[in-house]
Amino acid sequence: MPVPFAVYVHVPFCARRCGYCDFNTYVAGPQARAAFARQAVKELELAAAELDRTRQAGRTASSVFFGGGTPTLLGPATLVKLYDAVRRVFGVAPGAEVTAEANPDSIDEGGLAELAAGGFNRVSFGMQSALPQVLARLDRTHDPERVALVVAAAGRAGLEASVDLIYGTPGESLADWEASVRAALALGVDHISAYALTLEPHTPMARRVRAGELGPIDPDDQADKYELADELLTGGGLSWYEISNWARPGHESRHNLGYWTGADWLGIGPGAHSSIGARRFWNVKSPAVYGRTIAAGRLPRAGGETLDAAASQLERVMLRLRTAAGLELAALSPDGLAAVPQLVADGLVRVAAGPGADRAGAGGGVVLTRRGRLLADLVVRALTSR
Amino acid sequence: MPSTDSTDPELIRNFCIIAHIDHGKSTLADRMLLKTGVVDQRAMRDQYLDRMDIERERGITIKSQAVRLPWTVGGREHTLNMIDTPGHVDFSYEVSRSLAACEGAVLLVDAAQGIEAQTLANLYMALEGDLDIIPVLNKIDLPAAQPDKYAEELARLIGGDPSDCLRVSGKTGEGVEELLDGIVRRVTPPAGDPEAPARALIFDSVYDTYRGVVTYVRVVDGHLGARERIAMMSTKASHELLEIGVISPEPSPRPGLGVGEVGYLITGVKDVRQSRVGDTITGAAHPASQPLAGYRDPKPMVFSGLYPIDGSDYTALRDALDKLKLNDAALTYEPETSAALGFGFRCGFLGLLHLEIIRERLEREFGLDLISTAPNVVYEVSLDDGSRHQVTNPSEFPSGKVASVREPVVRATILSPSQFTGAIMDLCQSRRGTMLGMDYLSEDRLELRYILPLAEIVFDFFDQLKSRTKGYASLDYEPDGSAEADLVKVDILLQGEPVDAFSAIVHKDKAYAYGVMMANRLRKLIPRQQFEVPIQAAIGARVIARENVRALRKDVLAKCYGGDITRKRKLLEKQKEGKKRMKMVGRVEIPQEAFIAALASDAE
Repeated sequence: MPVPFAVYVHVPFCARRCGYCDFNTYVAGPQARAAFARQAVKELELAAAELDRTRQAGRTASSVFFGGGTPTLLGPATLVKLYDAVRRVFGVAPGAEVTAEANPDSIDEGGLAELAAGGFNRVSFGMQSALPQVLARLDRTHDPERVALVVAAAGRAGLEASVDLIYGTPGESLADWEASVRAALALGVDHISAYALTLEPHTPMARRVRAGELGPIDPDDQADKYELADELLTGGGLSWYEISNWARPGHESRHNLGYWTGADWLGIGPGAHSSIGARRFWNVKSPAVYGRTIAAGRLPRAGGETLDAAASQLERVMLRLRTAAGLELAALSPDGLAAVPQLVADGLVRVAAGPGADRAGAGGGVVLTRRGRLLADLVVRALTSR
Repeated sequence: MPSTDSTDPELIRNFCIIAHIDHGKSTLADRMLLKTGVVDQRAMRDQYLDRMDIERERGITIKSQAVRLPWTVGGREHTLNMIDTPGHVDFSYEVSRSLAACEGAVLLVDAAQGIEAQTLANLYMALEGDLDIIPVLNKIDLPAAQPDKYAEELARLIGGDPSDCLRVSGKTGEGVEELLDGIVRRVTPPAGDPEAPARALIFDSVYDTYRGVVTYVRVVDGHLGARERIAMMSTKASHELLEIGVISPEPSPRPGLGVGEVGYLITGVKDVRQSRVGDTITGAAHPASQPLAGYRDPKPMVFSGLYPIDGSDYTALRDALDKLKLNDAALTYEPETSAALGFGFRCGFLGLLHLEIIRERLEREFGLDLISTAPNVVYEVSLDDGSRHQVTNPSEFPSGKVASVREPVVRATILSPSQFTGAIMDLCQSRRGTMLGMDYLSEDRLELRYILPLAEIVFDFFDQLKSRTKGYASLDYEPDGSAEADLVKVDILLQGEPVDAFSAIVHKDKAYAYGVMMANRLRKLIPRQQFEVPIQAAIGARVIARENVRALRKDVLAKCYGGDITRKRKLLEKQKEGKKRMKMVGRVEIPQEAFIAALASDAE
């Protein structure tokens, strides 16, 4: 089976910056946004030409994902135009998953219908929380009531809907979090992502925490919330398929799974990362530099590397292990294999035995337990230690 | 200078200077070198006699030397041999040998501070050796000098009249000539039998990279000639004399040394253990039958484990110790393995300062990063089954039923202004001291004498004494055998596994405090693991203190944003690197830094 090929388009714009956010995104006017759309098309063409030269031509995308930033700030028409460019340049496989991220207040029923008509079949809403005070702390501007409206509108337009949640915001109680998870479940969506708030040191929120204006990020609190979410979501009929993602069977995001299971992907847009075979490369972060480089007819690469065997092994373990399908035992080094019994004894992993037990393959695989999911990095270190 | 190869004993004066560390001995010695013309002003370095950097920085002298000074009195040139003495309590045996090489001692006291405990101890040693004592008050140029008060004090100590006390300033040179005259007049010339078989006392022995061991001697009887074969009376080893001479102030070869003369000799041996301080040198052809009295094997009193922070430095540490040993007969070491710290050495030292100096030299001169375990003394443990065990490392404390434990004790002398008497008595009390007596040195200065366990002194006694007396008290001590004490071994256990590096032998009454302190310290230092880590302090099977490092519940990145898996992989690689530097105790990973912090004596 050929390695799946995914295209990710990074839209580096937001209506405003949120205090916790470390993503490569900027507040920019309509002109810059329009310029970006033209540049992204050009980058697609340059990147395809390069893949041609490196004999990786003829790749048909099995998934396309518009993330950000806030892709819907470009407007549905521009997003559709960009998607058309992907189709034109690479081709898109029948039944491919095509997703746009959206803020609940940056899209409406008409816009969703327009995306659906343009070939999109999935939308991922940044819900984050159901509670106004938590949303305010996160600098999110949408009215929590609006989430249900846009999810329903997406359904009417024939789009699969997913919502993202964030847990562990300073000031969020366990009961607050429970309310958010229950509200997300009540939307009836088939896919929910829940991410622990992770503060990068240079963000405004991290500074406020350091200054003592906001309570600290407590990993134990986040662990409690993860466990609660897993219970509630499982009870609601969704199963975890990756550490931070839950879905009803058959509704897992294929694009996301691609990241964890060794797909190739091409990242388009400022700061986007690509992974093709053993090559990893990434674009410049600044939209201005990005624009100028493309205008000069060059790919806006900031850096890259080719993984050696050890790095490939570490990457494979760290990514596959995050999935419910787990990591095939055969992929482990002898030392990694030797570490498995202790990890099982510690209740961090289980070994899924025999063919068909799951997607780990005939040789069986290592799958994280719930406790293990919260300590996945520790498990990876144990499985890759020499 | 006589034309024969040795000097007439009548014209020789052998003396040393007894002084506290900062009472200006080196400055005075420099001044004497200048006045006698053996060094000119331009060649003078400050503190000419102290050679090593560490000594210069700390203002102390570790290794003594002897300098020959010509001084004319009454028209006759005399030979003054100034024998330098080490100025710290750890080297009291070396001091005693230096004193044994002299007939006189200059008792040098800071005119602004009065006599200090160490000086007093050395003075008593000199008085016991029947040395002629010349009391001298130094730094009389200081505005704070109180020469009358301290002359009174010195007269009371050594007998005699306050007016016998000379007054000098090493800094300005005032009174130094009178002092040199005084040495000639007041110190007895050496007496020995020139016809007897040769006997020379080794009072110092220094390793030199180019010459091998340079041995400093004082000839008592007979004569040592160049190219003669000599014998060491304690080891019976014999060597060819390659060179013999005097220091003035650079080595200068001579045909031989006679009765009363002080000089150096070189035999080509490479290790100071072959030329031991206190040993007697005799002629191999006509050996003496009796060695000079007072020889003692150097005996380490304080032990500590030294471990390289980077395990691959083990060989470098061994080589460095081998090198230091060449110049340090008292340093002992043997390989030791700690479950927690890896491969290292259990090292024996004369005392705490000796330990600090060796450690500092290993780090500074050999570029090693070291962890040292808490210093401990040697215990003698007797079990109910009648067996006896020497314990130099708490982890070797026998596990059987203990009948008794003996620990080394010292006879300590503390001098202090009388206002701090209460504070000192409290401190000594809390350190299990037994008072022997107390005397007034002067109206407001007191001498207190105690028997104290050496282990208490090794801990932080000196720091405590200084802080409780605003720095005024001084301390000296000498070994005084051993005493039985109610001692127990406290183990520190992580997840039920003892951590050898943290075990300590402490008095039963202090076991609880030690256990609580260590458990609490470790709780703050040990990072959370995926399982709960109980920290226990225990005596045998009985747990006396307990803490807990709660289990780590979350160690996972939520998201690989925008497909940036490179960053996450790099982070994991960094974590894995960090893990390699962890020490394992059972299944508990402990960062190196936590060990260092936990073992640091200055941690809160």
